[in-house]
Amino acid sequence: MAADNRPLSPHLQIYRPQITSVLSILHRITGVILSLGIVILVGWLAAAAAGDPAYEMTIGLLNSLPGRLLLFGWTLAFFYHFLNGIRHLEWDTGRGFGIPQVVRSGWTVVILAAFLTLLLWGRLLMGGGA
Amino acid sequence: MSLRSPLSRVLGLGAASDGPAHWWAQRVSAVGTALLAVWFAGGVIGTDLGDRAAVAGWVAKPLNSVLLILLVATMSYHSNLGVRVVIEDYSRGWAKVTGIVAAQFIHVVLAGVGIIAILRMAMGG
Repeated sequence: MAADNRPLSPHLQIYRPQITSVLSILHRITGVILSLGIVILVGWLAAAAAGDPAYEMTIGLLNSLPGRLLLFGWTLAFFYHFLNGIRHLEWDTGRGFGIPQVVRSGWTVVILAAFLTLLLWGRLLMGGGA
Repeated sequence: MSLRSPLSRVLGLGAASDGPAHWWAQRVSAVGTALLAVWFAGGVIGTDLGDRAAVAGWVAKPLNSVLLILLVATMSYHSNLGVRVVIEDYSRGWAKVTGIVAAQFIHVVLAGVGIIAILRMAMGG
């Protein structure tokens, strides 16, 4: 087989989605989302360093409804990737590979990610808004 | 019987040619990013984000400046490692090479801009 004609992984469309495979690809998707989010973090820092007009414009964008939705999605992606990363680190030690354990840790990550996201946004919105 | 050459075996770098270095770097930078991100989230909650002077004042505290620079650097590094794997998995040939180089450039630029911004606030700019 020619070197430029080899199969690429993974073949998402072939398998029936399961909690294991869905959470696996979600880890990758949220990772890419978080990578894009670095642009926001760095933009926010640069604006804070640049001065009041730039900062007010940046906060205005982030505080708009689309901006808030974006940040909310980014927070959810962060908590998911963070918690699922801890799950990965446990696997790296050779533990937690039994199917019931994998399903349980998977749902734990999903529920905790949703809970922590809501908790953080509750605090942000109670505290007068970002 | 192994088809692996004696040189390949003695170098111990495997089929990906760079051994376990990437794997380890990804884990270690993950732990670093995770710890610093939790610290950052705590700091951000306690700061009035609408007030530029308050944010700059928070960033300018020596411990905050150092940890924030470490966060930007570690996070960009970890992000680059991850994006690289994604590019390696879904592209081939020249697209793969240019994609990896471009991703690395973008990450270095982002980290550079972020760190300069922190330093400017730390120096009272």
